[in-house]
Amino acid sequence: MQPDAESGRDHVVPAAPTSGPEPQVVLEMRGITKRYPGVLANDHIDLELRDGEIHALLGENGAGKSTLMNILYGLVTPDEGEILLNGEPIQIREPSDAIARGISMVHQHFMLVPVFSVADNIQLGQEPMANRVFLDRRAAHERIRALGNAFGFEIDPDAKVETLSVGWQQRVEILKALDRKAEVLVLDEPTAVLTPQETKEIFGVLRRLAAEGHSIIFISHKLYEVMEIADRITVIRRGRVVGTRLPAETNEDDLAELMVGREVELTVDRGESHPTEPALVIRDLRVNDDRGHEAVRGVSLEVRAGEILGIAGVAGNGQNELVQALTGLRRPAAGQVTLGGKDVTGASPRALYDAGLAHVPGDRQEYGLVLSFPIKDNLVLTGYHRSPFRRGFVRDDEAVDAWADKLIGTYDIRTHSGEVAASTLSGGNQQKAVVAREFSRDLKALILDQPTRGLDVGSIEFIHRQAVVKRDQGTAILLVSAELDEVMEISDRIAVMYRGEVVSVVDGRTANREEVGLLMATGRRDVLPETRVMTSE
Amino acid sequence: MPVLAVFLGLAGGAIVIVISNAASGRGFDLLLPLRAYASMLTGAVTGVDELVRTMSEATPLILAGLSVAVGFKAGLFNIGANGQFLMGALGAGAVGAAVAGWTPWLAIPIALAGGMFFGALYGFIPGALKAWTGAHEVVTTIMLNFIAAALVAFLVTGPLLAPGFSFARTGDVGNAAFPAIGNVAASGHIGILVAFAAVPIIYWLLNRSVLGFEIRMVGANPSAARYAGINPGRLVILTMSLAGMLAGMAGAGQVLGITHFVSASFSTAAGFDAITIALLGRVHPVGVLFAALLFGVMRAGSALMQIQVRVPVEIIDVIQAVILLFLTAEILVRWIFRVRVERAGLEELKTITKTYGQATR
Repeated sequence: MQPDAESGRDHVVPAAPTSGPEPQVVLEMRGITKRYPGVLANDHIDLELRDGEIHALLGENGAGKSTLMNILYGLVTPDEGEILLNGEPIQIREPSDAIARGISMVHQHFMLVPVFSVADNIQLGQEPMANRVFLDRRAAHERIRALGNAFGFEIDPDAKVETLSVGWQQRVEILKALDRKAEVLVLDEPTAVLTPQETKEIFGVLRRLAAEGHSIIFISHKLYEVMEIADRITVIRRGRVVGTRLPAETNEDDLAELMVGREVELTVDRGESHPTEPALVIRDLRVNDDRGHEAVRGVSLEVRAGEILGIAGVAGNGQNELVQALTGLRRPAAGQVTLGGKDVTGASPRALYDAGLAHVPGDRQEYGLVLSFPIKDNLVLTGYHRSPFRRGFVRDDEAVDAWADKLIGTYDIRTHSGEVAASTLSGGNQQKAVVAREFSRDLKALILDQPTRGLDVGSIEFIHRQAVVKRDQGTAILLVSAELDEVMEISDRIAVMYRGEVVSVVDGRTANREEVGLLMATGRRDVLPETRVMTSE
Repeated sequence: MPVLAVFLGLAGGAIVIVISNAASGRGFDLLLPLRAYASMLTGAVTGVDELVRTMSEATPLILAGLSVAVGFKAGLFNIGANGQFLMGALGAGAVGAAVAGWTPWLAIPIALAGGMFFGALYGFIPGALKAWTGAHEVVTTIMLNFIAAALVAFLVTGPLLAPGFSFARTGDVGNAAFPAIGNVAASGHIGILVAFAAVPIIYWLLNRSVLGFEIRMVGANPSAARYAGINPGRLVILTMSLAGMLAGMAGAGQVLGITHFVSASFSTAAGFDAITIALLGRVHPVGVLFAALLFGVMRAGSALMQIQVRVPVEIIDVIQAVILLFLTAEILVRWIFRVRVERAGLEELKTITKTYGQATR
């Protein structure tokens, strides 16, 4: 089966017409309501899924879409409402009920066992047995191969999942769902971890599945994807359905406004940058990864004060190691880094902090925050060792409280108190807290690593705007993001990283998206990538 | 949850009491456990002497419990509290014997400091090993426990041997001995006050000081702690030394307060009870205090229980073991009592599985 033709961001795919009689409603959720202490997660939500349809569920983080799908999948019980499958009301008390009825969910965070093979992962929970004692590996392999071929990709059942690229792991997850004879497939943010190329391919798979009669619910907060793949789009805001649209009769601005409840600037006006002298200078940096292989192979870059230099690249091309080397979390093997003229090669995180470098880490929950600590402690996580937050051996709690109140107010971090644990914050607000903390001081340089990963439109807009403000204050900003659109949107200059090297540096304003995408995928400007066959990395 | 674990521990003990009583030919007496526990309680709290004895029994447990708890706060499993206890006892005994003739105002603090120092040193060793090589503290501290016991025997029969006694022992600590509190029979001593004072001090350290903030951060999220600029190796060393110091104080208290010398066969199980106590107290200083007092009640009251109702004192080991079992197998407790809990269970035990094999670089 041929891959789908290229569709750029502006090309709106018209809704697949269901010719003939009235389309069958395969799944209906009526009046679904779920209350948690202090919040109405789902407020009498109605959702209708037609046979063979790809129906997108669009909403900000915390809007209630995950709760709704967890109810469908049996992970959560609703307080009110009912679910009808093919017109018949059903009870779903736990995931096995859902699976038994042909409803399958592919989660945002993969539920695969990395050291198991593809076949083992797919079979897990419903292993075919030979003689009731031994696993019938051969039968499983046959079935899986057949399934893969039916949907247009060659799959090696024996490959160990941890060796697969993220895109292929995604396919394994989908196969897992299909193997359970799913009629209704729910995909939760499936493209969050995929490259633009992989996204196109998964969309091809989804269209094929829909054509073969599967009905798909596609949860997302990415506007242009939803416009491209969905037959219908239902927008949820603060627990309620605020509208259902056909892609043909709407556009991204309209959807964004529905999602957020007000007009949203989808592209932040970055204005003119006025860069001055170089603040962060990287010369011939070489960094090894955990296995001792060279991940950063002689990178030289200069980030000037008052500019945003974006590093574009597919995840896994050395960006992580580069960021770690620049932020004191990994020792470089060779090369030099200077900050404001001062040599900081291999300096510790503390020394870098004191030298005027701030780091917004890529994984906010693992590195950026201590979720079990109160929000106010998190807001001084990197600065607690300096006055005014300490008086000698003792912490100055009052100063911390005052600072926390100020930041919560200025950055509109949605919480009713700075005393509660950071785990109570939504993803967007958690990131706002990290940003608030790191942006609120005088900085020579700022390193932003995936700053808007997993965030909704409103939060993204906010953080991008703050970054531009910081730039205009004279900070040198290095932005590392796997999200090409983000890099293109706010970077003054763009460097593309491929296999540990910077293969090109272009002007942010005039860069061509396709060209940068190709550079990201191949390191060259002129070759189309070939990814039809499963490859191990 | 800890309350339920205690209840189940007592229930487990009750079952053993009934069965062993029947097995020893004295018939099936279902009310025996109640009489036993009542007697234990009587022996522990009815009367000043009894209360003093209870607190005296609790004293080393409070300090050792704090030692283990402080370790847990930093994500470290300090099984070595026992060895650190022994080294602290030895240190206090040796230093005490050396300053036995000095004025008590000097001798007592110096001997206590000696115990604290050697305890801290014995905590420093596994801490440094972990920081510099990644050696997991569970393994190193268990080995060090054995070494400590052997060291006691070796040193007391060797360099520290006091002449003129019919068995191997160190010299009397003389003026370094802790003044007694209450009647001689109650074996109370000012070490009790030291232990009680340690509770608010450690609470303050953990929650109000900068070091405490760093300790808790490393325990809660080591990756974020590194990101935040904390040197994890330095912190592991500091925390283990602090834990060792506390356990050493426990040992010092026993020597300076009760025995006044160290025999070659000096031993203890306080370091292991301390683990149960730290978990029972939910790794919180005040919780540790109450858990230690509970154990103190059991230890102090069991003698009377054995006399009055003929239930052997070893039953408290059974009770304590069952408590620990149900603390760690929280899922069993929830199943028994049909308690529905949304959050995950014992956070402290995650430190064992999470930190295994990770060097702090």
